[in-house]
Amino acid sequence: MMSKRTAKKFLQFSFLPLAIFTIVLIVPFVNGVYYTFTDWDGFEATKLVGFDNYVKSFQDPTFWATLRFTGLFVVVSMVAVNAVAFGLALIVTSKLRSRNILRTFFFVPNLIGGVVLGVIWQFIFNSALVSIANKYDWELFKESWLNDTNKAFWALIIVTVWQSSGYMMIVYITGLISIEQDVLEASQIDGASPVRTLLTIKIPLMAQAFTIALFLTLRGGFMAYDVNLALTGGGPFRETELISMHIFQDAFANGNFGTGQSKAVVMFIVVALAALFQVTISKRYEVQR
Amino acid sequence: MSSRAHLGKRITFFVGVILAFAYVFPFFLVFVNSLKLKYDILKNPLSIPTTITWDNFQQALEKMNFYRSLTNSIIITVLSVSLLIFFSSMLAYYLARTKKKHTKYIFLILVTSMIVPFQALMIPFMARFAPFVSWNNRGALIFFYIGFGTALSTFLYHGFISNIPTEIDEAASIDGASDLVAFWKIIFPMMRPITATVAIINALWIWNDFLLPRLVLTDESQTLPLSTYLFYGQYSIEYGQAMAGLVLAVIPIVIFYLVLQKQFISGISQGAVK
Repeated sequence: MMSKRTAKKFLQFSFLPLAIFTIVLIVPFVNGVYYTFTDWDGFEATKLVGFDNYVKSFQDPTFWATLRFTGLFVVVSMVAVNAVAFGLALIVTSKLRSRNILRTFFFVPNLIGGVVLGVIWQFIFNSALVSIANKYDWELFKESWLNDTNKAFWALIIVTVWQSSGYMMIVYITGLISIEQDVLEASQIDGASPVRTLLTIKIPLMAQAFTIALFLTLRGGFMAYDVNLALTGGGPFRETELISMHIFQDAFANGNFGTGQSKAVVMFIVVALAALFQVTISKRYEVQR
Repeated sequence: MSSRAHLGKRITFFVGVILAFAYVFPFFLVFVNSLKLKYDILKNPLSIPTTITWDNFQQALEKMNFYRSLTNSIIITVLSVSLLIFFSSMLAYYLARTKKKHTKYIFLILVTSMIVPFQALMIPFMARFAPFVSWNNRGALIFFYIGFGTALSTFLYHGFISNIPTEIDEAASIDGASDLVAFWKIIFPMMRPITATVAIINALWIWNDFLLPRLVLTDESQTLPLSTYLFYGQYSIEYGQAMAGLVLAVIPIVIFYLVLQKQFISGISQGAVK
Protein backbone atom coordinates (compact mmCIF):
# COMPACT_ATOMS: atom_id res chain seq x y z
CA MET A 1 0.00 0.00 0.00
CA MET A 2 2.63 2.46 1.13
CA SER A 3 5.05 1.56 -1.64
CA LYS A 4 2.28 1.93 -4.21
CA ARG A 5 1.64 5.42 -2.98
CA THR A 6 5.34 6.36 -3.09
CA ALA A 7 5.62 4.98 -6.60
CA LYS A 8 2.63 7.04 -7.64
CA LYS A 9 4.13 10.10 -6.03
CA PHE A 10 7.39 9.56 -7.86
CA LEU A 11 5.58 9.38 -11.19
CA GLN A 12 3.38 12.37 -10.50
CA PHE A 13 5.96 14.69 -9.10
CA SER A 14 9.31 13.87 -10.55
CA PHE A 15 9.08 11.67 -13.62
CA LEU A 16 8.62 14.37 -16.28
CA PRO A 17 11.16 16.88 -14.98
CA LEU A 18 13.75 14.16 -14.46
CA ALA A 19 13.08 12.75 -17.92
CA ILE A 20 13.54 16.16 -19.54
CA PHE A 21 16.67 16.83 -17.47
CA THR A 22 18.13 13.49 -18.54
CA ILE A 23 17.32 13.98 -22.22
CA VAL A 24 18.64 17.54 -22.37
CA LEU A 25 21.68 17.28 -20.11
CA ILE A 26 22.79 13.77 -19.24
CA VAL A 27 22.38 12.16 -22.66
CA PRO A 28 24.33 14.81 -24.63
CA PHE A 29 26.99 14.89 -21.93
CA VAL A 30 27.61 11.13 -21.97
CA ASN A 31 27.30 11.10 -25.74
CA GLY A 32 29.72 13.97 -26.08
CA VAL A 33 32.39 12.33 -23.96
CA TYR A 34 31.96 9.09 -25.90
CA TYR A 35 32.22 10.82 -29.28
CA THR A 36 35.63 12.27 -28.44
CA PHE A 37 37.04 8.73 -28.47
CA THR A 38 35.60 7.93 -31.89
CA ASP A 39 35.98 9.25 -35.44
CA TRP A 40 32.64 11.08 -35.12
CA ASP A 41 32.11 13.61 -37.92
CA GLY A 42 28.89 15.18 -36.69
CA PHE A 43 26.71 12.47 -38.21
CA GLU A 44 28.06 9.05 -37.39
CA ALA A 45 30.89 7.35 -35.55
CA THR A 46 32.33 4.25 -37.21
CA LYS A 47 35.22 3.28 -34.96
CA LEU A 48 37.04 4.02 -31.73
CA VAL A 49 40.20 6.07 -32.10
CA GLY A 50 41.45 6.35 -28.51
CA PHE A 51 42.91 9.69 -27.61
CA ASP A 52 43.50 10.87 -31.19
CA ASN A 53 41.08 13.79 -30.92
CA TYR A 54 42.70 15.04 -27.74
CA VAL A 55 46.19 14.71 -29.20
CA LYS A 56 45.06 16.65 -32.27
CA SER A 57 43.44 19.33 -30.09
CA PHE A 58 46.60 19.90 -28.11
CA GLN A 59 48.72 19.97 -31.27
CA ASP A 60 46.65 22.91 -32.46
CA PRO A 61 48.65 26.05 -31.56
CA THR A 62 45.56 28.27 -31.72
CA PHE A 63 43.99 26.14 -28.98
CA TRP A 64 46.95 26.85 -26.70
CA ALA A 65 46.71 30.54 -27.52
CA THR A 66 43.00 30.47 -26.67
CA LEU A 67 43.65 28.67 -23.39
CA ARG A 68 46.25 31.25 -22.39
CA PHE A 69 44.04 34.14 -23.42
CA THR A 70 41.05 32.65 -21.58
CA GLY A 71 43.09 31.97 -18.45
CA LEU A 72 44.32 35.54 -18.37
CA PHE A 73 40.83 36.84 -19.02
CA VAL A 74 39.35 34.73 -16.20
CA VAL A 75 41.94 35.84 -13.65
CA VAL A 76 41.88 39.54 -14.52
CA SER A 77 38.09 39.71 -14.84
CA MET A 78 37.65 37.90 -11.51
CA VAL A 79 39.86 40.39 -9.72
CA ALA A 80 38.45 43.45 -11.49
CA VAL A 81 34.76 42.54 -11.27
CA ASN A 82 34.95 41.61 -7.60
CA ALA A 83 37.02 44.63 -6.57
CA VAL A 84 34.62 47.00 -8.31
CA ALA A 85 31.51 45.15 -7.13
CA PHE A 86 32.68 45.19 -3.52
CA GLY A 87 33.36 48.92 -3.79
CA LEU A 88 29.89 49.51 -5.20
CA ALA A 89 28.37 47.45 -2.40
CA LEU A 90 30.18 49.57 0.18
CA ILE A 91 28.87 52.72 -1.45
CA VAL A 92 25.25 51.62 -1.58
CA THR A 93 25.26 50.24 1.97
CA SER A 94 26.64 53.49 3.39
CA LYS A 95 24.31 56.02 4.96
CA LEU A 96 23.84 58.00 1.76
CA ARG A 97 20.30 59.12 1.05
CA SER A 98 20.85 58.47 -2.66
CA ARG A 99 21.91 54.85 -2.15
CA ASN A 100 18.83 53.27 -3.70
CA ILE A 101 18.99 55.25 -6.89
CA LEU A 102 22.72 54.56 -7.16
CA ARG A 103 22.03 50.85 -6.75
CA THR A 104 19.49 51.02 -9.57
CA PHE A 105 22.04 52.62 -11.89
CA PHE A 106 24.79 50.13 -11.06
CA PHE A 107 22.51 47.22 -11.73
CA VAL A 108 21.10 48.27 -15.11
CA PRO A 109 23.85 46.87 -17.39
CA ASN A 110 23.26 43.48 -15.83
CA LEU A 111 19.72 43.36 -17.14
CA ILE A 112 20.81 43.50 -20.71
CA GLY A 113 22.23 40.63 -22.66
CA GLY A 114 25.93 40.48 -23.45
CA VAL A 115 25.35 40.78 -27.17
CA VAL A 116 23.56 44.11 -26.89
CA LEU A 117 26.15 45.38 -24.38
CA GLY A 118 28.91 44.22 -26.70
CA VAL A 119 27.65 46.11 -29.72
CA ILE A 120 27.03 49.23 -27.64
CA TRP A 121 30.69 49.19 -26.66
CA GLN A 122 31.77 48.29 -30.14
CA PHE A 123 30.20 51.57 -31.22
CA ILE A 124 31.92 53.38 -28.37
CA PHE A 125 35.39 51.97 -29.07
CA ASN A 126 35.20 51.97 -32.86
CA SER A 127 33.34 55.20 -33.51
CA ALA A 128 32.56 57.44 -30.57
CA LEU A 129 35.97 57.42 -28.87
CA VAL A 130 37.89 57.53 -32.15
CA SER A 131 35.99 60.55 -33.39
CA ILE A 132 36.34 62.37 -30.06
CA ALA A 133 40.04 61.51 -29.83
CA ASN A 134 40.68 62.91 -33.28
CA LYS A 135 38.82 66.06 -32.48
CA TYR A 136 40.68 66.75 -29.25
CA ASP A 137 43.94 65.13 -30.27
CA TRP A 138 43.76 62.42 -27.64
CA GLU A 139 46.43 59.88 -28.57
CA LEU A 140 45.12 56.97 -26.46
CA PHE A 141 41.91 56.47 -28.43
CA LYS A 142 42.86 57.66 -31.91
CA GLU A 143 43.13 54.12 -33.17
CA SER A 144 40.23 51.86 -32.13
CA TRP A 145 41.14 49.66 -29.17
CA LEU A 146 39.52 46.74 -30.90
CA ASN A 147 42.17 46.70 -33.62
CA ASP A 148 44.95 45.92 -31.17
CA THR A 149 45.06 42.58 -29.33
CA ASN A 150 46.29 43.97 -26.01
CA LYS A 151 43.90 46.87 -25.93
CA ALA A 152 41.06 44.65 -27.11
CA PHE A 153 41.75 42.47 -24.08
CA TRP A 154 41.26 45.45 -21.80
CA ALA A 155 38.16 46.44 -23.73
CA LEU A 156 36.75 42.98 -22.98
CA ILE A 157 37.61 43.44 -19.32
CA ILE A 158 35.99 46.88 -19.15
CA VAL A 159 32.75 45.63 -20.68
CA THR A 160 32.73 42.54 -18.46
CA VAL A 161 33.21 44.65 -15.33
CA TRP A 162 30.47 47.00 -16.46
CA GLN A 163 28.17 44.06 -17.12
CA SER A 164 28.70 41.85 -14.08
CA SER A 165 29.69 44.15 -11.25
CA GLY A 166 26.05 45.08 -10.60
CA TYR A 167 25.11 41.46 -10.01
CA MET A 168 28.08 40.76 -7.75
CA MET A 169 27.31 44.00 -5.93
CA ILE A 170 23.96 42.49 -4.91
CA VAL A 171 25.78 39.41 -3.59
CA TYR A 172 28.11 41.61 -1.52
CA ILE A 173 25.24 43.78 -0.29
CA THR A 174 23.53 40.65 0.99
CA GLY A 175 26.74 39.69 2.78
CA LEU A 176 27.28 43.14 4.26
CA ILE A 177 23.78 43.52 5.68
CA SER A 178 23.86 40.03 7.16
CA ILE A 179 26.52 41.18 9.65
CA GLU A 180 24.96 41.70 13.06
CA GLN A 181 24.64 45.35 14.01
CA ASP A 182 25.84 44.81 17.60
CA VAL A 183 29.19 43.43 16.41
CA LEU A 184 29.74 46.62 14.45
CA GLU A 185 28.65 48.80 17.35
CA ALA A 186 31.02 46.99 19.68
CA SER A 187 33.93 47.66 17.33
CA GLN A 188 32.92 51.29 17.10
CA ILE A 189 32.85 51.60 20.87
CA ASP A 190 36.30 49.99 20.99
CA GLY A 191 37.45 52.80 18.73
CA ALA A 192 38.21 50.82 15.57
CA SER A 193 38.58 52.98 12.47
CA PRO A 194 36.21 52.33 9.54
CA VAL A 195 39.06 50.77 7.52
CA ARG A 196 40.01 48.51 10.41
CA THR A 197 36.37 47.48 10.91
CA LEU A 198 36.14 46.67 7.23
CA LEU A 199 39.28 44.57 7.11
CA THR A 200 39.11 42.73 10.41
CA ILE A 201 35.38 42.44 11.02
CA LYS A 202 33.22 42.95 7.97
CA ILE A 203 35.25 41.03 5.38
CA PRO A 204 35.88 37.93 7.54
CA LEU A 205 32.24 37.81 8.58
CA MET A 206 30.99 37.98 5.01
CA ALA A 207 33.55 35.63 3.50
CA GLN A 208 30.75 33.46 2.17
CA ALA A 209 29.71 36.27 -0.17
CA PHE A 210 33.24 36.27 -1.58
CA THR A 211 33.11 32.51 -2.11
CA ILE A 212 29.89 32.87 -4.10
CA ALA A 213 30.86 35.95 -6.09
CA LEU A 214 34.30 34.54 -6.96
CA PHE A 215 32.71 31.28 -8.05
CA LEU A 216 30.15 33.05 -10.23
CA THR A 217 32.77 35.27 -11.88
CA LEU A 218 35.09 32.32 -12.43
CA ARG A 219 32.35 30.36 -14.15
CA GLY A 220 31.17 33.43 -16.05
CA GLY A 221 34.70 34.13 -17.24
CA PHE A 222 35.17 30.66 -18.66
CA MET A 223 31.77 30.64 -20.31
CA ALA A 224 31.91 34.18 -21.73
CA TYR A 225 30.74 34.19 -25.31
CA ASP A 226 28.22 36.94 -26.03
CA VAL A 227 30.39 39.94 -25.18
CA ASN A 228 33.35 38.34 -26.94
CA LEU A 229 31.34 37.80 -30.10
CA ALA A 230 29.68 41.20 -30.18
CA LEU A 231 32.65 43.29 -29.08
CA THR A 232 35.72 41.86 -30.79
CA GLY A 233 34.30 38.94 -32.77
CA GLY A 234 37.56 37.20 -31.84
CA GLY A 235 39.58 39.70 -33.86
CA PRO A 236 42.07 40.98 -34.71
CA PHE A 237 43.31 37.76 -36.36
CA ARG A 238 41.40 35.44 -33.98
CA GLU A 239 43.71 36.62 -31.21
CA THR A 240 40.97 37.59 -28.77
CA GLU A 241 38.98 34.38 -29.06
CA LEU A 242 37.92 33.04 -25.68
CA ILE A 243 37.48 29.31 -25.35
CA SER A 244 33.72 29.29 -25.99
CA MET A 245 34.11 31.03 -29.29
CA HIS A 246 37.07 28.86 -30.21
CA ILE A 247 35.00 25.71 -29.71
CA PHE A 248 32.07 27.17 -31.59
CA GLN A 249 34.30 28.09 -34.53
CA ASP A 250 36.10 24.77 -34.57
CA ALA A 251 32.89 22.74 -34.62
CA PHE A 252 30.29 24.80 -36.41
CA ALA A 253 32.36 26.98 -38.74
CA ASN A 254 35.17 24.56 -39.62
CA GLY A 255 33.26 21.31 -39.16
CA ASN A 256 35.84 19.75 -36.83
CA PHE A 257 33.36 18.01 -34.59
CA GLY A 258 35.86 15.58 -33.09
CA THR A 259 38.42 18.12 -31.93
CA GLY A 260 35.71 20.68 -31.15
CA GLN A 261 34.04 18.30 -28.74
CA SER A 262 37.38 17.22 -27.21
CA LYS A 263 38.19 20.86 -26.54
CA ALA A 264 34.74 21.24 -24.98
CA VAL A 265 35.46 18.30 -22.66
CA VAL A 266 38.82 19.86 -21.78
CA MET A 267 36.99 23.10 -21.02
CA PHE A 268 34.57 21.25 -18.72
CA ILE A 269 37.46 19.64 -16.82
CA VAL A 270 39.29 22.95 -16.48
CA VAL A 271 36.15 24.74 -15.21
CA ALA A 272 35.35 21.97 -12.75
CA LEU A 273 38.89 21.84 -11.35
CA ALA A 274 39.24 25.62 -11.15
CA ALA A 275 35.89 25.94 -9.39
CA LEU A 276 36.72 23.14 -6.96
CA PHE A 277 40.08 24.73 -6.20
CA GLN A 278 38.60 28.20 -5.70
CA VAL A 279 35.72 27.04 -3.50
CA THR A 280 38.03 24.93 -1.32
CA ILE A 281 40.37 27.87 -0.79
CA SER A 282 37.56 30.36 -0.19
CA LYS A 283 35.76 28.07 2.26
CA ARG A 284 38.83 28.05 4.46
CA TYR A 285 38.39 31.76 5.08
CA GLU A 286 34.77 31.49 6.07
CA VAL A 287 34.08 32.05 9.73
CA GLN A 288 31.73 29.58 11.35
CA ARG A 289 28.98 31.42 13.13
CA MET B 1 28.60 63.27 13.64
CA SER B 2 32.23 64.27 13.57
CA SER B 3 33.51 66.38 10.72
CA ARG B 4 35.75 63.54 9.61
CA ALA B 5 32.82 61.18 9.21
CA HIS B 6 31.01 63.95 7.38
CA LEU B 7 33.87 64.31 4.95
CA GLY B 8 33.92 60.56 4.43
CA LYS B 9 30.26 60.62 3.56
CA ARG B 10 30.79 63.40 1.04
CA ILE B 11 33.61 61.54 -0.66
CA THR B 12 31.47 58.39 -0.84
CA PHE B 13 28.66 60.40 -2.37
CA PHE B 14 30.99 61.99 -4.88
CA VAL B 15 32.54 58.69 -5.96
CA GLY B 16 29.11 57.07 -6.13
CA VAL B 17 27.70 59.75 -8.40
CA ILE B 18 30.66 59.63 -10.75
CA LEU B 19 30.42 55.86 -10.99
CA ALA B 20 26.66 55.95 -11.52
CA PHE B 21 27.25 58.42 -14.32
CA ALA B 22 29.85 56.12 -15.88
CA TYR B 23 27.47 53.16 -15.66
CA VAL B 24 24.61 54.83 -17.49
CA PHE B 25 26.62 56.97 -19.87
CA PRO B 26 26.90 54.32 -22.62
CA PHE B 27 23.10 54.04 -22.71
CA PHE B 28 22.78 57.78 -22.79
CA LEU B 29 25.23 57.97 -25.67
CA VAL B 30 23.30 55.37 -27.64
CA PHE B 31 20.00 57.11 -26.98
CA VAL B 32 21.25 60.56 -27.97
CA ASN B 33 22.73 59.26 -31.19
CA SER B 34 19.60 57.34 -32.08
CA LEU B 35 17.88 60.70 -32.47
CA LYS B 36 20.51 62.19 -34.74
CA LEU B 37 21.16 62.22 -38.45
CA LYS B 38 24.06 60.10 -39.66
CA TYR B 39 26.08 63.16 -40.53
CA ASP B 40 25.73 64.62 -37.02
CA ILE B 41 26.82 61.36 -35.43
CA LEU B 42 29.98 61.21 -37.49
CA LYS B 43 30.75 64.83 -36.79
CA ASN B 44 30.47 64.56 -33.04
CA PRO B 45 28.91 61.60 -31.22
CA LEU B 46 28.86 63.58 -27.97
CA SER B 47 26.83 66.50 -29.20
CA ILE B 48 23.18 67.03 -28.37
CA PRO B 49 21.09 66.55 -31.53
CA THR B 50 20.47 69.80 -33.39
CA THR B 51 17.54 68.35 -35.28
CA ILE B 52 15.71 65.47 -33.66
CA THR B 53 14.64 62.71 -36.01
CA TRP B 54 12.50 59.69 -35.23
CA ASP B 55 13.19 58.24 -38.66
CA ASN B 56 15.89 55.97 -37.26
CA PHE B 57 13.36 54.30 -35.01
CA GLN B 58 10.88 53.80 -37.81
CA GLN B 59 13.56 52.17 -39.95
CA ALA B 60 14.87 50.03 -37.11
CA LEU B 61 11.41 48.86 -36.05
CA GLU B 62 10.80 47.64 -39.56
CA LYS B 63 14.18 46.21 -40.48
CA MET B 64 14.78 44.26 -37.29
CA ASN B 65 11.17 43.04 -37.25
CA PHE B 66 10.90 44.43 -33.77
CA TYR B 67 7.35 43.39 -32.96
CA ARG B 68 7.84 39.89 -34.26
CA SER B 69 11.01 39.31 -32.25
CA LEU B 70 9.50 40.95 -29.18
CA THR B 71 6.54 38.58 -29.42
CA ASN B 72 8.85 35.61 -29.87
CA SER B 73 10.91 36.64 -26.86
CA ILE B 74 7.81 37.07 -24.71
CA ILE B 75 6.25 33.75 -25.75
CA ILE B 76 9.45 31.78 -25.25
CA THR B 77 10.31 33.41 -21.92
CA VAL B 78 6.82 33.20 -20.42
CA LEU B 79 6.22 29.59 -21.44
CA SER B 80 9.68 28.39 -20.39
CA VAL B 81 9.54 30.12 -17.02
CA SER B 82 6.01 28.92 -16.24
CA LEU B 83 6.84 25.33 -17.12
CA LEU B 84 10.09 25.52 -15.17
CA ILE B 85 8.19 26.70 -12.10
CA PHE B 86 5.60 23.99 -12.60
CA PHE B 87 8.07 21.13 -12.97
CA SER B 88 10.86 22.15 -10.63
CA SER B 89 8.58 23.02 -7.72
CA MET B 90 7.04 19.55 -7.90
CA LEU B 91 10.38 17.85 -8.29
CA ALA B 92 11.83 19.80 -5.38
CA TYR B 93 8.83 18.92 -3.21
CA TYR B 94 9.27 15.25 -4.00
CA LEU B 95 13.01 15.31 -3.36
CA ALA B 96 12.72 17.30 -0.14
CA ARG B 97 9.89 15.24 1.34
CA THR B 98 10.94 11.74 0.33
CA LYS B 99 13.86 10.87 2.56
CA LYS B 100 15.30 7.98 0.60
CA LYS B 101 18.65 7.09 -0.85
CA HIS B 102 17.59 7.64 -4.44
CA THR B 103 16.27 11.15 -3.76
CA LYS B 104 19.59 12.06 -2.19
CA TYR B 105 21.48 10.86 -5.26
CA ILE B 106 19.12 12.62 -7.67
CA PHE B 107 19.57 15.86 -5.77
CA LEU B 108 23.33 15.44 -5.79
CA ILE B 109 23.35 14.87 -9.56
CA LEU B 110 21.21 17.98 -10.08
CA VAL B 111 23.54 20.14 -8.01
CA THR B 112 26.67 18.77 -9.67
CA SER B 113 25.22 19.32 -13.13
CA MET B 114 25.22 23.07 -12.54
CA ILE B 115 28.97 23.17 -13.09
CA VAL B 116 28.72 21.76 -16.63
CA PRO B 117 29.11 24.60 -19.11
CA PHE B 118 26.66 24.63 -21.99
CA GLN B 119 29.59 24.68 -24.40
CA ALA B 120 30.54 21.18 -23.27
CA LEU B 121 27.16 19.91 -24.46
CA MET B 122 26.29 22.00 -27.45
CA ILE B 123 27.98 19.98 -30.19
CA PRO B 124 26.45 16.54 -29.49
CA PHE B 125 23.35 18.42 -28.48
CA MET B 126 22.86 19.96 -31.90
CA ALA B 127 23.67 16.72 -33.68
CA ARG B 128 21.22 14.71 -31.61
CA PHE B 129 18.32 17.13 -31.56
CA ALA B 130 18.44 18.35 -35.16
CA PRO B 131 15.21 16.55 -36.16
CA PHE B 132 13.36 17.85 -33.11
CA VAL B 133 14.59 21.37 -33.80
CA SER B 134 13.56 21.34 -37.46
CA TRP B 135 10.14 19.98 -36.52
CA ASN B 136 9.35 22.82 -34.10
CA ASN B 137 12.20 25.08 -33.14
CA ARG B 138 10.33 27.24 -30.61
CA GLY B 139 8.94 24.18 -28.88
CA ALA B 140 12.37 22.58 -28.88
CA LEU B 141 13.93 25.69 -27.39
CA ILE B 142 11.38 25.78 -24.56
CA PHE B 143 11.98 22.09 -23.92
CA PHE B 144 15.74 22.73 -23.73
CA TYR B 145 15.27 25.62 -21.32
CA ILE B 146 13.26 23.36 -19.01
CA GLY B 147 16.11 20.85 -19.10
CA PHE B 148 18.85 23.39 -18.48
CA GLY B 149 16.91 25.35 -15.87
CA THR B 150 15.69 22.42 -13.78
CA ALA B 151 18.79 22.08 -11.61
CA LEU B 152 19.01 25.63 -10.25
CA SER B 153 15.24 26.08 -9.90
CA THR B 154 14.83 22.77 -8.10
CA PHE B 155 17.75 23.63 -5.85
CA LEU B 156 16.15 26.96 -4.89
CA TYR B 157 12.74 25.38 -4.21
CA HIS B 158 14.38 22.53 -2.30
CA GLY B 159 15.98 24.94 0.15
CA PHE B 160 12.68 26.70 0.72
CA ILE B 161 10.56 23.55 1.13
CA SER B 162 12.97 22.18 3.73
CA ASN B 163 11.86 25.07 5.95
CA ILE B 164 8.14 24.32 5.63
CA PRO B 165 7.08 22.06 8.52
CA THR B 166 5.95 18.58 7.45
CA GLU B 167 2.97 18.85 9.84
CA ILE B 168 1.25 20.87 7.14
CA ASP B 169 1.49 17.99 4.66
CA GLU B 170 0.36 15.54 7.32
CA ALA B 171 -2.67 17.66 8.22
CA ALA B 172 -3.67 17.82 4.58
CA SER B 173 -3.19 14.09 4.20
CA ILE B 174 -5.38 13.39 7.25
CA ASP B 175 -8.06 15.61 5.76
CA GLY B 176 -8.03 13.24 2.80
CA ALA B 177 -6.25 15.43 0.26
CA SER B 178 -4.20 13.59 -2.35
CA ASP B 179 -0.52 14.43 -2.70
CA LEU B 180 -1.11 16.56 -5.78
CA VAL B 181 -4.00 18.49 -4.23
CA ALA B 182 -2.06 19.04 -1.01
CA PHE B 183 0.89 20.36 -2.98
CA TRP B 184 -0.94 22.73 -5.31
CA LYS B 185 -3.59 23.92 -2.85
CA ILE B 186 -1.47 24.28 0.28
CA ILE B 187 2.29 24.07 -0.25
CA PHE B 188 2.69 25.88 -3.55
CA PRO B 189 0.86 29.06 -2.44
CA MET B 190 3.16 29.19 0.60
CA MET B 191 6.21 29.32 -1.67
CA ARG B 192 5.35 32.61 -3.35
CA PRO B 193 8.61 34.40 -2.36
CA ILE B 194 10.84 31.69 -3.80
CA THR B 195 8.62 31.37 -6.86
CA ALA B 196 9.25 35.07 -7.52
CA THR B 197 12.99 34.46 -7.21
CA VAL B 198 12.90 31.46 -9.54
CA ALA B 199 10.79 33.39 -12.04
CA ILE B 200 13.06 36.43 -12.14
CA ILE B 201 16.35 34.56 -12.33
CA ASN B 202 15.13 32.32 -15.13
CA ALA B 203 13.36 35.13 -16.99
CA LEU B 204 16.54 37.25 -17.06
CA TRP B 205 18.59 34.32 -18.30
CA ILE B 206 16.15 33.20 -20.98
CA TRP B 207 15.29 36.70 -22.16
CA ASN B 208 18.94 37.56 -22.75
CA ASP B 209 20.21 34.16 -23.86
CA PHE B 210 21.98 34.19 -27.19
CA LEU B 211 24.02 31.09 -27.94
CA LEU B 212 21.27 28.48 -27.63
CA PRO B 213 18.67 30.46 -29.63
CA ARG B 214 21.33 31.17 -32.23
CA LEU B 215 21.83 27.45 -32.71
CA VAL B 216 18.16 26.52 -32.57
CA LEU B 217 15.93 29.27 -33.98
CA THR B 218 15.19 30.23 -37.58
CA ASP B 219 14.65 33.69 -39.08
CA GLU B 220 10.93 33.77 -38.32
CA SER B 221 11.32 32.73 -34.72
CA GLN B 222 14.20 35.04 -33.76
CA THR B 223 14.21 36.48 -30.28
CA LEU B 224 15.15 40.06 -29.51
CA PRO B 225 18.88 39.55 -28.80
CA LEU B 226 19.25 37.61 -32.06
CA SER B 227 17.49 40.12 -34.25
CA THR B 228 19.35 42.99 -32.59
CA TYR B 229 22.69 41.36 -33.26
CA LEU B 230 21.90 40.55 -36.88
CA PHE B 231 20.39 43.98 -37.47
CA TYR B 232 23.44 45.69 -35.99
CA GLY B 233 25.74 43.59 -38.13
CA GLN B 234 23.87 44.53 -41.29
CA TYR B 235 23.24 48.20 -40.61
CA SER B 236 26.12 49.28 -38.40
CA ILE B 237 27.10 51.72 -41.16
CA GLU B 238 23.75 53.42 -40.67
CA TYR B 239 24.76 54.59 -37.21
CA GLY B 240 21.48 56.26 -36.36
CA GLN B 241 19.42 53.20 -37.18
CA ALA B 242 21.81 50.88 -35.41
CA MET B 243 21.55 53.03 -32.28
CA ALA B 244 17.76 53.11 -32.51
CA GLY B 245 17.78 49.31 -32.76
CA LEU B 246 19.84 49.09 -29.57
CA VAL B 247 17.50 51.44 -27.74
CA LEU B 248 14.55 49.27 -28.78
CA ALA B 249 16.34 46.15 -27.59
CA VAL B 250 17.06 47.66 -24.19
CA ILE B 251 13.70 49.30 -23.43
CA PRO B 252 11.44 46.31 -22.65
CA ILE B 253 13.65 44.75 -19.97
CA VAL B 254 14.49 48.11 -18.37
CA ILE B 255 10.80 48.96 -18.02
CA PHE B 256 10.18 45.53 -16.55
CA TYR B 257 13.01 46.11 -14.07
CA LEU B 258 11.86 49.56 -13.01
CA VAL B 259 8.36 48.22 -12.34
CA LEU B 260 9.53 45.18 -10.38
CA GLN B 261 12.75 46.55 -8.93
CA LYS B 262 12.23 45.28 -5.38
CA GLN B 263 11.52 41.74 -6.56
CA PHE B 264 14.54 41.82 -8.84
CA ILE B 265 16.96 42.79 -6.11
CA SER B 266 15.59 40.42 -3.48
CA GLY B 267 15.26 37.67 -6.07
CA ILE B 268 18.87 37.94 -7.11
CA SER B 269 20.23 38.18 -3.61
CA GLN B 270 18.28 35.08 -2.57
CA GLY B 271 19.14 33.21 -5.72
CA ALA B 272 22.83 33.95 -5.44
CA VAL B 273 23.32 33.32 -1.76
CA LYS B 274 21.53 29.98 -1.59
